[in-house]
Amino acid sequence: MGIQNLRPTRRAFLAGGGLVIGMTLVGRGARAALIKGAPQGAPGRNADLNAFVRVAPDGTVTVLSKHLEMGQGPYTGLTTIVAEELDADWSQMRVAAAPADDELYKNLAFGLQGTGGSTSIANSYEQLRKAGATARAMLVAAAAAEWGVAAEEIAVSAGRIRHAGAGKEAGFGEFADKAAKIEPPSEVKLKDPKDFKLIGTDRHRLDTDGKTDGTAVFTLDVLADDMLVAMVAHPAHFGATVKNFDDGEARRVPGVVDVKKVPQGVAVYAENTFAALKGRAALKIDWDLSAAETRSSPQIYEDYRAAMQGDAFEAAKRGDVGQALSAEGITSMAAEIVFPFLAHAPMEPLDAVLMTAEDGAIDCYNGSQFPGQDKAAIAEVCGVDPAKVRINVQLAGGSFGRRAQFGSPYMREAAAVFKASGMKRPVKHMWTREDDIRGGFYRPIYLHSIRGAVDKDGNITGWDHTIVGQSIMGKDGLDDTTVEGTADMPYAIPNLRVLAHQPKLGVPVLWWRSVGHTHTAFAVETFLDRLLDRAGRDPVEGRLALLKDSPRHVGVLKKVAEIADWGAPLSEGRQRGVAVHKSFNTYVAEIAEVSIAEGGLPKVHKVWCAVDCGVAVNPNIIRAQMEGGIGYGLGAILFDAIDLGEGGAVVQSNFDDYRSLRINEMPDVEVAIVPSSEAPTGVGEPGVPPIGPAVANAWRRLTGQPVQRLPLTSGLVA
Amino acid sequence: MVTFTLNGRETTFDGDPDTPLLWVVRDGERLTGTKYGCGIAQCGACTVHVDGMTRRSCITPISTLEGSSVTTIEGLEGSEADAVQAAWRAIDVPQCGYCQSGQIMSAVALLQLSPAPNDDDIDGAMTGNICRCATYKRIRQAIHDAAKTLEG
Repeated sequence: MGIQNLRPTRRAFLAGGGLVIGMTLVGRGARAALIKGAPQGAPGRNADLNAFVRVAPDGTVTVLSKHLEMGQGPYTGLTTIVAEELDADWSQMRVAAAPADDELYKNLAFGLQGTGGSTSIANSYEQLRKAGATARAMLVAAAAAEWGVAAEEIAVSAGRIRHAGAGKEAGFGEFADKAAKIEPPSEVKLKDPKDFKLIGTDRHRLDTDGKTDGTAVFTLDVLADDMLVAMVAHPAHFGATVKNFDDGEARRVPGVVDVKKVPQGVAVYAENTFAALKGRAALKIDWDLSAAETRSSPQIYEDYRAAMQGDAFEAAKRGDVGQALSAEGITSMAAEIVFPFLAHAPMEPLDAVLMTAEDGAIDCYNGSQFPGQDKAAIAEVCGVDPAKVRINVQLAGGSFGRRAQFGSPYMREAAAVFKASGMKRPVKHMWTREDDIRGGFYRPIYLHSIRGAVDKDGNITGWDHTIVGQSIMGKDGLDDTTVEGTADMPYAIPNLRVLAHQPKLGVPVLWWRSVGHTHTAFAVETFLDRLLDRAGRDPVEGRLALLKDSPRHVGVLKKVAEIADWGAPLSEGRQRGVAVHKSFNTYVAEIAEVSIAEGGLPKVHKVWCAVDCGVAVNPNIIRAQMEGGIGYGLGAILFDAIDLGEGGAVVQSNFDDYRSLRINEMPDVEVAIVPSSEAPTGVGEPGVPPIGPAVANAWRRLTGQPVQRLPLTSGLVA
Repeated sequence: MVTFTLNGRETTFDGDPDTPLLWVVRDGERLTGTKYGCGIAQCGACTVHVDGMTRRSCITPISTLEGSSVTTIEGLEGSEADAVQAAWRAIDVPQCGYCQSGQIMSAVALLQLSPAPNDDDIDGAMTGNICRCATYKRIRQAIHDAAKTLEG
């Protein structure tokens, strides 16, 4: 549904980011009409120059983003890439979400449409440079034909098309329709990077203004005429199902219109959000726990220790680790590190608006990381042809991985709720924070057992590493996300073995901002730090000596040591820790300065960060992602665990017991971007992995105790 | 029935008197700049001004607001608001942006009370507002920048 299909509006205007906001006059009983939300594709009359570039008569250029904007900046980054090759002026650039299309808009790293793995810029860079250059060539060809001049004599700069000899000048709008009819050239010449004007410089984010005055529309803000609000009462145990329920009291809540059983629980439909909340709270439900996971977190840790005795996947093997660890004269060290479940807890809990449109299709509005998967799930659950489902991708209020689910289990719930409602009135399905914290799809529990050896000359000679944790990808074989960052550690240690066990557990798990690196970077960088300490080596110099074959690791490590003035005397009571880690082909090193604050808790004063992500498309967004990744990771390693209590129910429920980092706990952050001409890589996740070990390494120096159980404060607070 | 002023306009509500202000504003008045984040006054995404002071709208029953003046992000105006929003835009504070209405409401109230806040003042005023994207460094910077603008 484009804006032209909306019913007559009292007030309709375009806001930044391609959002369409209007008020309709349609009353109850009419077919559903959108009141507030962003329909798929670019609004208004536009000439399509290709799948990614649309030009309007007024000269504005809309880039269709195949990637979800959830804060990490692709709307601005992808638009920058197109604008660069188009020779557009930044002020004429707009952005809108692309429709769901697993072929046209596939992530070239995944093979289907999806946002994740810090791939948005990396997989789109060449594709969107070509899209911009192709659109430019078509505009130039149209101008050349109109003016009767040779295309090669036409110059384009800052959104103006000029022919000096003929004295002609025009904007993109004048030639948009003609250009759209021109056969795109099969080959286009891309710019020499030294001629870049936009890539590599800072620019205002396209989504900032709407996010500063309250006009940005997220899924929770989508409104439609006659819309119901629906919530599902979920079981406290993973795998539990509804045995029976009593909805008498719930139905007596004013505003509650219906109650239905769905596969995920019991759905309450109401005229407004508060009635839905009250109605859901009034339900009485007996749950069938016969297939539920009833183990507690401590039991799972014990089971995982036992699992280490079983057959393992061998993820890495070089040299003879057994001999290295038993060699004469070595000093050996061992550690067991325990990582809890983590919830993503994006600020906007999961939600979706589903409605039957005038043409009989189902319109879904949501912040979708896998729009094609969501489309297929809705079609299957609602029993309609996928061609009759439209995914209108909205801005997402954070995700950190939570909205990226193969098979779309969340969307299956929303679709089941819509289907059970009869699909006549629009339904907004929303999760509360409690649904979010208790809803599973966590970063898995992991147990790491590591042994290392240092010889009498201070060389690290052996490293034997075993990891136990669920396969995020649900694999029967070795899941790379169990061992990534460990099996491929960059350090020149002659004898290395990495083993993995992937037990099954009845708790759904998912990638959490930086996936396997959330635990492997911590394990490797804290244990290495202890080995270097034992060997009498400086943490930075010791790492550099082991990174001879990894110049980009070396580059960020040297850079961070330089900006932090590593080795300079520290204030009384403070210590520093360092960590370096590659994830998603981006290299990040961080140094944290920490002290022991009141109550014996850690206080992180400052973090220095150096990042090498290849070509820096938008340095300001790179810095922002490092700052945010550090804050997100720091909150988790300091405070967070999802625990299954006795009997298997989740203990935590909201931000009061699942703590988020707050402003008074945020360190100052200084970021240096290491210049590079390599192809650009991602920045959404790679800032996260080093912060935990950097802080833990400083904490060990302060307290003498290694951090082997997360969160760090778990043993320090009542 | 409750009668109150919302962004300068007299507004009435005749639904469930226990309804939190958040849902009156969002569902009833269709002002969606104010966000739901936790429902228990832990995250600050729902922050509005009631009679000039910050209030977590998610736990404020509408029945307590008879005769009160409520301002949401949509009705925010004045020199402090202009300075804060300009400072927010200038350094691109928001990432996902979902919490930012609440952050801005808290920041504007801080500057109205304390035109030149130090870092401790900022901690005191802003600790109730969670940002999961952790844009805190820029929030702090933007508040200092806005204070400088107000100083002239």
